[in-house]
Amino acid sequence: MNGTGDGLVWLDTPAFPKAARTALADPQLRGNLRRATGTIRDKRLAVTGELGDWEQLREAGEALKRRTLRHLDRYLEELERSVTAAGGTVHWAADAEEANRIVTALVQATGEREVVKVKSMATQEIGLNEALALEGITAYETDLAELIVQLGEDRPSHILVPAIHRNRAEIREIFLNRMVPAPDPDLTDEPRALAEAARLHLRERFLRAKVAVSGANFGVAETGTVAVVESEGNGRMCLTLPQTLITVMGIEKVVPTFADLEVFLQLLPRSSTGERMNPYTSMWTGTTPGDGPQDFHLVLLDNGRTATLADTVGRQALACIRCSACLNVCPVYERTGGHAYGSVYPGPIGAVLTPQLAGVQHAASLPFASTLCGACYDACPVKINIPEVLVHLRAEVVDAQRRSRHLPTAEALAMKAAAAVLATPGRLAAAQKAAALGGRVLSRDGRIGRLPGPLHGWSDARDSPAPPAESFRSWWRKNREQS
Amino acid sequence: MSTRQQILARIRAALADVPDDERPESVPVPRDYLRSHAEGDVVELFAERVADYRATVIRSTPQALPDTIRRALTARGAVRVAVPPGFPADQLPSGSWAHDEPPLSVAELDQLDGTISTAALGIAVTGTIVLDTGPGQGRRAMTLVPDYHLCVVTADQIVPDVPDALARLDPARPLTFISGPSATSDIELNRVEGVHGPRTLDVIIVTAPS
Amino acid sequence: MRIALFITCFNDTLYPDTGRAVLSVLERLGHTVEFPQEQTCCGQMHFNTGYRPEAMPMVRRFAETFAHYDAVVTPSASCAGMVREGHPVLAEQYGSEQLRREVAELVPRVHEFTEFLTDVLKVEDVGAHFPHKVAYHPTCHSLRGLRLGDRPYRLLRAVDGIELVDLPGCESCCGFGGTFAVKNADTSAAMLADKMSAVHACGAEVLCAADNSCLMHIGGGLSRQRSGVRTMHLAEILAATEGVQR
Repeated sequence: MNGTGDGLVWLDTPAFPKAARTALADPQLRGNLRRATGTIRDKRLAVTGELGDWEQLREAGEALKRRTLRHLDRYLEELERSVTAAGGTVHWAADAEEANRIVTALVQATGEREVVKVKSMATQEIGLNEALALEGITAYETDLAELIVQLGEDRPSHILVPAIHRNRAEIREIFLNRMVPAPDPDLTDEPRALAEAARLHLRERFLRAKVAVSGANFGVAETGTVAVVESEGNGRMCLTLPQTLITVMGIEKVVPTFADLEVFLQLLPRSSTGERMNPYTSMWTGTTPGDGPQDFHLVLLDNGRTATLADTVGRQALACIRCSACLNVCPVYERTGGHAYGSVYPGPIGAVLTPQLAGVQHAASLPFASTLCGACYDACPVKINIPEVLVHLRAEVVDAQRRSRHLPTAEALAMKAAAAVLATPGRLAAAQKAAALGGRVLSRDGRIGRLPGPLHGWSDARDSPAPPAESFRSWWRKNREQS
Repeated sequence: MSTRQQILARIRAALADVPDDERPESVPVPRDYLRSHAEGDVVELFAERVADYRATVIRSTPQALPDTIRRALTARGAVRVAVPPGFPADQLPSGSWAHDEPPLSVAELDQLDGTISTAALGIAVTGTIVLDTGPGQGRRAMTLVPDYHLCVVTADQIVPDVPDALARLDPARPLTFISGPSATSDIELNRVEGVHGPRTLDVIIVTAPS
Repeated sequence: MRIALFITCFNDTLYPDTGRAVLSVLERLGHTVEFPQEQTCCGQMHFNTGYRPEAMPMVRRFAETFAHYDAVVTPSASCAGMVREGHPVLAEQYGSEQLRREVAELVPRVHEFTEFLTDVLKVEDVGAHFPHKVAYHPTCHSLRGLRLGDRPYRLLRAVDGIELVDLPGCESCCGFGGTFAVKNADTSAAMLADKMSAVHACGAEVLCAADNSCLMHIGGGLSRQRSGVRTMHLAEILAATEGVQR
């Protein structure tokens, strides 16, 4: 592993089914995930249930995002004007490489060799920390979970809580072994004590930092206001104390007006950490003389977003406000954790976002990493119909395979054969007769046990019913046909 | 073509399905959600919700405020305390204060026990105080670096819910929304108070006697 | 009212008893049910696995076969959901103007079995007797797809002699997910294991649902465990009259 920030898709991670198998075999991981997702599910339901108009808020959030995406060019130009007028500088980055180049140059211009970072999915996605490291610049992650991941030379496994796969005892071990200077060896695994250790570890870095890098939850076109939603105060530290602030924001994070934040500031904390409001939200508009960074740069990042926007079904994934409610309710994520997705965007939203941002050929197993159970859609505060996009992307994966291969896959052949059988009732009836015969051969007491070949995965865990001697249609013809 | 032009061109190409004459306003946004979820007395609700997030709520009258502040500071053992410019002098107990004129360095702020501030407003439903660096609030670092924040909110500053708050705030000013002391949910998704921001938050609600 | 049964290819082949149960309940309520023999499949497996063009003949066949019925009743929440959500998408993407029109006209007349009973026929007590301890598993397509809500519970509560028990965590997916169970067999099995624990915990003799596909998966796991818990389609419970003098 090479630490955090190795880009959107992790090339050394196998396809989802195989990566999931590894995760499922880890009882510690499954216990950690079950406990954490269980906790957050209950909290989210409690605080969303408090609001009688939760559905109306979701509708408004969805509609605001639709309005923004359908007129994204106008809003981005407006945002650029507002930020510039307020004393900020706007940069445009077509891809990860360009964004990293811009940020690196901005840091180098300050003469500094280290930056403090607020947790940001966009900078994870572009692999900024590694790009900075190549130029001899050290990036300190300051969010507790990001710190755990960075110190553990691990990868993030959750959008909100990147170290969700770690429990308190593991976190204590990481702190004791990796923090420099080392914490008190009597450090307990009490969450309060671990938080205190993180405070001590980062305090001095905050106080001396001259350059900070952040993401953005929202950028308001009308006013140029940028918002960062957080809990620990590391965000406030990074956004307030340094002289230079560089914010990397995906182009889809723009919202039309300041007043529109009234919808998102209600939807996000309740969906995310299950709180009525997160401890801290910082908003700033350009620069303010005598207060906070005097040099503010906003880097607007495309990196696959315009390609996603071009897909009229898939574009809704760009409405995501990164709350991670879909991860927390997902029965697949709960079992496998985030690493199995092989992307900085795991879980249901990752399964629709990653293939679109990176191209389906680079994440072909992800649209299939779902039972289509729909829990994600119900939980999504901006009503992204994740199952709809998953099914849509599955077709894209299959179509891409058809285009790129001379010979069809075994699955494609099976699907073609099934389609031929199901094309006419006569063929279906014939197949049913054959299945009844075959079933009788394979079954004992009406049950079929373990099977070889592609169905072994199914039959390893379950018996199958033997097809009855008579299909329904055959029975109907014998017993109910009038003629 | 610059990257800027390139991205804008890609966006326009991607949105080929959007009719040329469609205006942003013509994409309907239903606004039938509630302006406020507050029920009953907003000051009581604010007090309850602030306390919910493990901040300590202290009630005071305007007359008793200096004494209330003095007692709160004593209870927290806060001796070296910053008072931002514009904090009403008649509301302060007697004593010596760290003033931000000339501006205190980060290292100096770090040596302090706490900061007393006013607020721009309070939000009842979410138990939030909002600072906008107005008189008595100071620049953002003042209420961030010291480990203890004592915030004075008057009852008439408390609005019912988030929409009212945003309507009253000026986005041109730096805004900080604070709901309880700093906290994290990063360990097993359980909330623990006290990380990088002030670990102790006391909120004095000033209500004129009726 | 001309009522057609859409049995679904899956039930037709593996669970003919479910089809007979639907007939028996509706006939007991005084309705005549037809079985148009030209029917095959809704195309769900192909659609959900990404083989959209392959599903088109099934969409066309469905629209033709059922065009002239007032109500199409199916004992499968997921197939009803496929017709309702998937057929319009496919007709839009690959179909003619005529097919789009036919699909749009037909979709409102396609009913999942419990919807048909409660919403169209307005009955809850269908005269069933089933003296057993039963748990109901709301499948994902019943719960979040069709939003059947309490309809199945209302029907089950009206069954004479039944003892309904709550299935803990019943709203969690069982892990079937169609081809998911094959493509992601390990994850599917992990979800199944948790669902089976819940079934054992509630002490039910019978687990029922509005979809035989999920029941095949859960029932297959229970059978492998030799657990003794039976799985039954809800229609079969509503059809049951064991021990009743008629």
